[in-house]
Amino acid sequence: MQGAGLLSALAAPAPSGAALRCFHCGEALPAGARYEAVVRGAARPMCCAGCAAVAEAIVQAGCESYYERRSEFAQPGRDAPADPLARLRVYDREEIQRAFVSAPAPHEREAALILEGIRCPACVWLNETRLARLDGVVAVDINYGSRRARVRWDERRTRLSDLLAAVEAIGYRAYPYDPAAMEQSRRRERRDALLRLAVAALGMMQVMMYAFPAYVAGAAELQPADARLLQWASLLLTLPVVTFSAWPFFRGAWSDLRARRLGMDVPVALGIGTAFLASVAATWRGRGDVYFDSVTMFVCLLLGARYLELRARQRAAEHLEFLARALPATAERCSGTDEQTEAVPAASLQAGDEVLVRPGAVFPADGRIVRGSTEVDESLLTGESLPCRRTEGEAVVGGAVNRGNPVRVCIERVGGQTLLSGIARLMQRAAADRPRLQQLADRTAAGFIAFILLAAAVACAWWLVVDPSRMLAVVVSVLVVTCPCALSLAVPMVAAVAQAALARRGIIATNGQAVDALARATHFVFDKTGTLTEGRLRVTAVEPLRDLDRARVLAFAGALEIASEHPIGHALAAAAGPGPVRASALRNHPGLGVEGVVEGRRLRLGRRDFAAELSRTAFITAAGDPDTAAWLGDESGLLARIELQDAVRPDAAALVAELRRRGRAVLLLSGDGEAAVRAVAAQTGIACWRARMRPEQKQAAVRDLQAQGAVVAMVGDGVNDAPVLAQAQVSIAMGSGAALAQGAADFVLLSSRLPDIARGLRLARKARRVVRENLAWAFAYNVVALPLAMGGWLTPWMAGAGMSASSLLVVLNALRPARD
Amino acid sequence: MEILYLLVPLSVALAWLIGAAFWWSVKSGQFDDLEGPSHRILDDDETEADRPPP
Repeated sequence: MQGAGLLSALAAPAPSGAALRCFHCGEALPAGARYEAVVRGAARPMCCAGCAAVAEAIVQAGCESYYERRSEFAQPGRDAPADPLARLRVYDREEIQRAFVSAPAPHEREAALILEGIRCPACVWLNETRLARLDGVVAVDINYGSRRARVRWDERRTRLSDLLAAVEAIGYRAYPYDPAAMEQSRRRERRDALLRLAVAALGMMQVMMYAFPAYVAGAAELQPADARLLQWASLLLTLPVVTFSAWPFFRGAWSDLRARRLGMDVPVALGIGTAFLASVAATWRGRGDVYFDSVTMFVCLLLGARYLELRARQRAAEHLEFLARALPATAERCSGTDEQTEAVPAASLQAGDEVLVRPGAVFPADGRIVRGSTEVDESLLTGESLPCRRTEGEAVVGGAVNRGNPVRVCIERVGGQTLLSGIARLMQRAAADRPRLQQLADRTAAGFIAFILLAAAVACAWWLVVDPSRMLAVVVSVLVVTCPCALSLAVPMVAAVAQAALARRGIIATNGQAVDALARATHFVFDKTGTLTEGRLRVTAVEPLRDLDRARVLAFAGALEIASEHPIGHALAAAAGPGPVRASALRNHPGLGVEGVVEGRRLRLGRRDFAAELSRTAFITAAGDPDTAAWLGDESGLLARIELQDAVRPDAAALVAELRRRGRAVLLLSGDGEAAVRAVAAQTGIACWRARMRPEQKQAAVRDLQAQGAVVAMVGDGVNDAPVLAQAQVSIAMGSGAALAQGAADFVLLSSRLPDIARGLRLARKARRVVRENLAWAFAYNVVALPLAMGGWLTPWMAGAGMSASSLLVVLNALRPARD
Repeated sequence: MEILYLLVPLSVALAWLIGAAFWWSVKSGQFDDLEGPSHRILDDDETEADRPPP
């Protein structure tokens, strides 16, 4: 097979574009690219040195046929670190291996790894083949579904770092994975549930066969001896179903009773237990009805519904796990000022350390870039797929991936203080928090179950008088037919599913009520700066008033604002860029500006009156003066006027339009001046706005709205708006570390994309609708089924089928919000 | 109908056996990855190009 044939083996590329694409990763070739690699006897174009090196490594390892097997292009090769081994050696250390390496046999070690870059089954083949051929590797097993790998090797013949280096050479990356964590218990839970379900299904099918003759045979057609044989066979197969498959119901019922409450397991366990024991007694005595078929079917269908619920819950928890493992285990710490780096465990990093982050590597903690500029992929945290540019002095988040150039980062926050662990904490809190609706449902369910037990007792007494032979069947039917699952099962499931679906889009709910409250919101109140606008001011004009020129004004301003946290300061520092000008004796006057000494001159930068005060010239701020102008002054008067502007986010108008289309009122409350607020309101189409509002005034405005019965959703930047956010029923903070740390908001919009609010609203409404549907269904079903069962019109198997079908319906409905 | 006394116990034993086999297959992790092995069976044999270089 030659070039064209090889490429046609790939599903992805169009044949016409094939020549212009990288043979390895399928990306368009950059103009003038001259990288090539010889694969299967022909030179193939490569987009970069990284891809070429990876392709050569694959050929050298004798795994060329990977290119024929694959159905997807490989992920682009990275500029390989000069000496990957030096970085990977740290994984050979005993104290690091402790977390993810076990010793199954003397001299043998087994590591649990996560592989990054697996795109198609051929990738699994390539990695397995490559590793298996290394000297000293005993066994490799890669799970395609979960991207996890187990590698076992002989420690006398090779080292873990050599294996990791071999994986990196062929363009993948292996991270250690701590299996002691949740995954282990989750897998056990899943296996357990599957096994119980399978045993119940097997029992159900076979018992149904044995029950069939008794249903179809005429009065004297079935010999009593044969009937007893079939009953005994049914008993033997129902035994494992009741004692093993139905065990969780008995355990749940027992723990409910011990805690002196009534859960939905109580009537289920009572129904199964009664029917089974009565059937055993009838089989033993040789007379009476048996219900083995009803018991097995009921257990099987109910377990089926529970299995679906378990999978949905686990999938919801997976996003959390993604976050937990996003941080790398090692980092390259820079020692001193030279280019030397040493690989250290990421856990040992301290604030103030400087680390080198290479392209393709993950930032080990939150920090600020001190040298270089790059593109950063924060998709895990924000759902935003496009990398964003970060340059010197800008903050980077631990867990983000470096997609551009090597950068040096000064670590600012580590461990529990990082943004990532903040998000994980909030999500955990939200998952553990029971929605108010759920608390209500739990209480209702308890009353409902008490009612069922009462109904069963009444039916028991009634049929004992009317027809004792049918008493047992009726009691079992009553216990089994009623379905409290919409109350106890579906409400928490909808909450978990909705929270996970939101989190995947970068909207983190911080408590259990948030989703429901968002769905009910009638008024959306926006803050201006950082919410409807980008929050990033840009210098639009510089007007020198005395001897300084434009560049000097900016340099001075930048030097004064170098350490500022204020948006105006950021904009000035960014406009000035790095330069030799340094300021000393800096003093910050909150709300006014900064003061400092630059090149021997005492300068002030900030509001006009503040800047002018230094020269003791009185100035009164003119009314028409925009708030977003900064003045530079020294001891002899004003030096310059710098104008800044904050652009409206491009999608703000679309969001406002969508909210209004959905019948929500949209308001804008801002602390800024009237002119600026009017302009933003006009651009976004908000008719109702108020300017120059202090936080307490905003809070009062929200309170007034609430007094008129409005459910207010407040969207702010989460820093200046904390009291207003707390006043509103739902608060949405635009993504920022500060908002997360305070945890004041119900939602944190990590993506900072406004349309996500509309999507969140859609999803929340859908979740609310699903909960209502489930409750309505549960009510209707039980109202119809209970009298039928009490009246003796339902046999136990019909009751079991009806209840299981109802709970399956409720569970499937609860899964719907995830698909959006 | 005496054959029933052989066949019915046999079917019970068979069901238990299937249950035991399923137990073993779940415990040995055969249901953990339902996607990968179906591809792997296609990738099992090595082609000529895959011999390690001498």
